[in-house]
Amino acid sequence: MSVPHVHNAKVMNRFELTKRLTSKLTHEEAVIGGIGNTNFDLWMSGQRPQNFYMLGSMGLTIPIALGVAIAQPQRHVVALEGDGSLLMQLSCLATVAERAPKNLTIVIWDNGIYQITGSQPTASAATADLVAIAQGCGIAKSAWAVDEADFDRLFTTAIAEGGPSLIAARIDGQPGVGATDRDPVQIRARFMQGLGVKR
Amino acid sequence: MIKTQQASWHEIVLATLKSNDVRLIVYVPDRVLTPLIKALHEDAFFTTFACTREEEALGVLTGAWMAGMRGALLMQTSGFATLPNALASLTVPSQIPMIMFVSERGTLGEFNLGQVMVCNTMQPVLNALGIAHHTITRQDELAFIVDRSIKQAVATQAPVTFILSPLLTGGKVFAA
Repeated sequence: MSVPHVHNAKVMNRFELTKRLTSKLTHEEAVIGGIGNTNFDLWMSGQRPQNFYMLGSMGLTIPIALGVAIAQPQRHVVALEGDGSLLMQLSCLATVAERAPKNLTIVIWDNGIYQITGSQPTASAATADLVAIAQGCGIAKSAWAVDEADFDRLFTTAIAEGGPSLIAARIDGQPGVGATDRDPVQIRARFMQGLGVKR
Repeated sequence: MIKTQQASWHEIVLATLKSNDVRLIVYVPDRVLTPLIKALHEDAFFTTFACTREEEALGVLTGAWMAGMRGALLMQTSGFATLPNALASLTVPSQIPMIMFVSERGTLGEFNLGQVMVCNTMQPVLNALGIAHHTITRQDELAFIVDRSIKQAVATQAPVTFILSPLLTGGKVFAA
């Protein structure tokens, strides 16, 4: 596995990276924002009709994104997930690798803590390497972003070349810069409209 | 609707899913459901695959529904017992018409005490969440219940659970 080890990666900021990521979305790509700070920063980065903000169901960001990717193979889908949430549902990486959707990119924000519940350490703080786990599950295009420019390059490549891909970024312990309006029906309905779906 | 007298229960379920354009089938394996799962895999109309956990499958089906594709989740009773958080925090508040089939264990000749205890939790959870559920015991009612309930789920944007009784499927028998 020829990826930089996690400890070679620069510690960055989730909101700054989220803004960089969404600025590169030019084809109405779908974005699924995981529970807590991940979707708070997605919300604050600018609300798009193709964004889905997950208010509960910790760990299901990547499965939801996989479902969107299966249903709309022409649309690229991005899953934004935290390290704690991924660790809750690690086995979904094996399913993603087995289904191998070309239109799915997974981004992991790894701050090594359950920030929103009191900053308790996660297993990725010292021992678990989430990129190595993803590669072990069969997602060959998995890499740590070593800095912001590398993150930009990896994300652009993932969209252009197709995946499934996983990009992990070490981030600091800052909380989200705002909070999502907690209206699940409105979030779901807007997202479906954004994807051009009439039920 | 297919003629229910000649067909087996799993043929009726497959035909009813197809006639309602339910194309994505995600499951966690179960012995009793095996003939249905096998037939779904063999039918190119369906996209059929296994997930590692039931809530993972529920996430996949939620994403697919929001992106315009109908699906169904197949599992056994113990699998349903892993779902309450996802149902309560995603499916129900987001008004997702999650179509769920549960192969019922824990009753009518169960040999595993753990399965009995899990079975005891299922209907109270469904009732607490206000999720429509039908325990199907008779093959002559199967197509009607499944067909009408899928249509209702989609029309009212509400989940539905079909509990497939051993009276319908034969269940899993303890080899004494």
